Amino acid sequence: MIVMIAAALAAAQTPAAAPAGNAQNGKKLFAQYGCFQCHGYEAQGGLGTGPRLAPKPLPWAALSRYVRQPAGQMPPYTAKVVSDKDLADIYAFLSAQPTPPPAKSIPLLNN
Amino acid sequence: MAKSKKLSVGRRNFLKGAAGGAAALVATSGPGPIKAQQAQAPRNGSAPILAKEPDPGPISSVEVLTADRPGSDFMVDVIKALGFEYVIANPGSSFRGLHESLVNYGGNKNPEFITCCHEESSVAMAHGYAKVEGKPTCVLAHGTVGLQHASMGIYNAYCDRAPVFMIIGNTLDANTRRPGVEWAHSVQDAAVMVRDFTKWDDTPASLQHFAESAVRAYKIATTPPTMPVLLVADGDLQETPMPASERPRIPKITLAGPPQGDSGGVAEAARLLVAAENPVLIADRCARTPAGMKLFTELAETLQAAVVNQNGRMNFPSRHPLDQSERAREVIRNADVILGLEVWDFWGTVNNFRDQLHRTSQPITKAGAKMISVSATDLNTRSNYQDFQRFPDLDLSMAADSEATLPALIEACKRLITADRKRAFEERGKKLAEAHLQAEERVRAEASYAWDSSPISTARMAAEIWAKVKDKDWSLVGGRGWAMRLFNFDKHYQHVGGSGGAGEGYGAPSSVGAALANKKYGRLSVSIQNDGDLMYAPGVLWTAAHHKVPLLSVMHNNRAYHQEVMHLQRMANRHQRGITTAEIGTTLKDPFIDYATLARGMGVHGEGPITDPKDLGPALARALDVVSRGEPALVDVVTQPR
Repeated sequence: MIVMIAAALAAAQTPAAAPAGNAQNGKKLFAQYGCFQCHGYEAQGGLGTGPRLAPKPLPWAALSRYVRQPAGQMPPYTAKVVSDKDLADIYAFLSAQPTPPPAKSIPLLNN
Repeated sequence: MAKSKKLSVGRRNFLKGAAGGAAALVATSGPGPIKAQQAQAPRNGSAPILAKEPDPGPISSVEVLTADRPGSDFMVDVIKALGFEYVIANPGSSFRGLHESLVNYGGNKNPEFITCCHEESSVAMAHGYAKVEGKPTCVLAHGTVGLQHASMGIYNAYCDRAPVFMIIGNTLDANTRRPGVEWAHSVQDAAVMVRDFTKWDDTPASLQHFAESAVRAYKIATTPPTMPVLLVADGDLQETPMPASERPRIPKITLAGPPQGDSGGVAEAARLLVAAENPVLIADRCARTPAGMKLFTELAETLQAAVVNQNGRMNFPSRHPLDQSERAREVIRNADVILGLEVWDFWGTVNNFRDQLHRTSQPITKAGAKMISVSATDLNTRSNYQDFQRFPDLDLSMAADSEATLPALIEACKRLITADRKRAFEERGKKLAEAHLQAEERVRAEASYAWDSSPISTARMAAEIWAKVKDKDWSLVGGRGWAMRLFNFDKHYQHVGGSGGAGEGYGAPSSVGAALANKKYGRLSVSIQNDGDLMYAPGVLWTAAHHKVPLLSVMHNNRAYHQEVMHLQRMANRHQRGITTAEIGTTLKDPFIDYATLARGMGVHGEGPITDPKDLGPALARALDVVSRGEPALVDVVTQPR
């Protein structure tokens, strides 16, 4: 899937900047529209369901294209059901997710 | 389960005037033994009630009310000869004779009667037990309605290739059936309902027949592919006394050796594997026993081949440098030879299937890759239920048990390895070890995301559990997920695979059954328990409490039938409507189920719901304290969806 997304990115004419969005509303929409089901509430990814989306999400052009026209298993979220404005808010939420501490600094992950 | 509430009419005619609780004085006469009986005091302490003086009519009308040698006593002799540790059952009138013989004549020991609240739980317990012990235990069920309840459990065991030995009751003779419920619980062919997913069944017509069929059924159940078997123990056969002249015998119990791959196939497989530049060994239900795990590890190390462990059984140490399960797709894509050992879905392993409006698929493997399968399923493929999966394009197929084939395959490989190949293998092994270490680091990094979130991440939950169990003799008897990625698995009993048929409701009872098997070895049994799964038949928690089965159940409580949430979401998205309604009919909320209270109501230590990850470690410690005293405990953890 990463290969497909990279191809989508390469196919984009110019990397468009992400539109301004409301991260707080985006968090609500991420749950309401069911994105959390496969990607987790924090967009950390789900085992066997969906990859991690945040922090540092894919560039806006690649992500928005993929959401509308997924090349893999993900169901499509067309503009009819998720408007561009809502998707921008979701993207703002993803961009605002904090980077976790390094795994080496977490004792429970070094057993 | 409906039970007859009518007074038993009995199977023979009463003398007119005989009072309940008292037996008539009878004279001994006629062809068969008729015991003399005494008048007895009724239970309420009043004066004994004697039967009226019997009508001195023909002796053949005299009622005999007791028996010393019911047929079911001999059935217990047979059950004991087969070495069952337990009989697991929800009680049923159709096997009342056998039940009484087990607990009285049999002394309720070897086997011990384990009481369940649902027949599906009985079978799933036996399923989990069999995977730890490597042999079946016995399940009893009421014919008809009991078997109907049990049927999904039997299907799971069938798909998972696990042996379960079932005995169900029935009353074939219409002349001896009690009116009412016993007719609703009788059937001409009791086993037909499950015949498509049992390996063998029989309805013995005599006690000698029962003995021979029981031994045959045990042999069939335990010969790979191991699967459930079923005997019908007719009520009359159980309850009719054996005349002194009847002395049925139990045949010698000789089990069959497992089928090995043919010598030609083994030689060709060895040739392909040794010549390969990028061989991949895929193990699913390969290691039936601890010996299987040792042998598979030896094969992998001999070839220095990449291993993909699909975890249908505990096949391979998870931190072994050759384990490439975290990068399975990559190694399969680059493979020139793939060996699948008891792989349930070979086609799905080597093809990518896309579930969109138009379903498409394409191979993952590169052109020219050779594919070899060793599978006992090829020896027993049934038609109706489609669990045999899509037909793969194989270059070599051996219809055989993988574990039994491994010794010959290892030797065949060793004979072909030259000094040059050995050097190439060593180089390959080093690269695989490096790739394995990098994958382990990636897993740890992945686990750190959402580390402190609420609902609690499943990675965090697994890591907290691991910290508490890693220095004990532990066994993961239920659940997989992040535990499979973070725990250090290196012993065969440390996990037991999944349900087989994906019939939900398997998890809780199979965990209790596996924990029951682990109990005598002093192992710490841990289960990561899905919430939806537990709700099918939560009464198994009572069974664990009643029989003092030490088991730590940690709820993976995502408050939904989450798989179905995603399916519904897919449909809504596809139809571009209602994308916010996937929770209707799929979620468990309003109210949230309080699993800790549910557990306590069944006699199980219960804590939770826990929503703050900082509370998890202390709660687990308290629960483990209970389990260390030999009792079950449950910690309800509210988690992320996956």
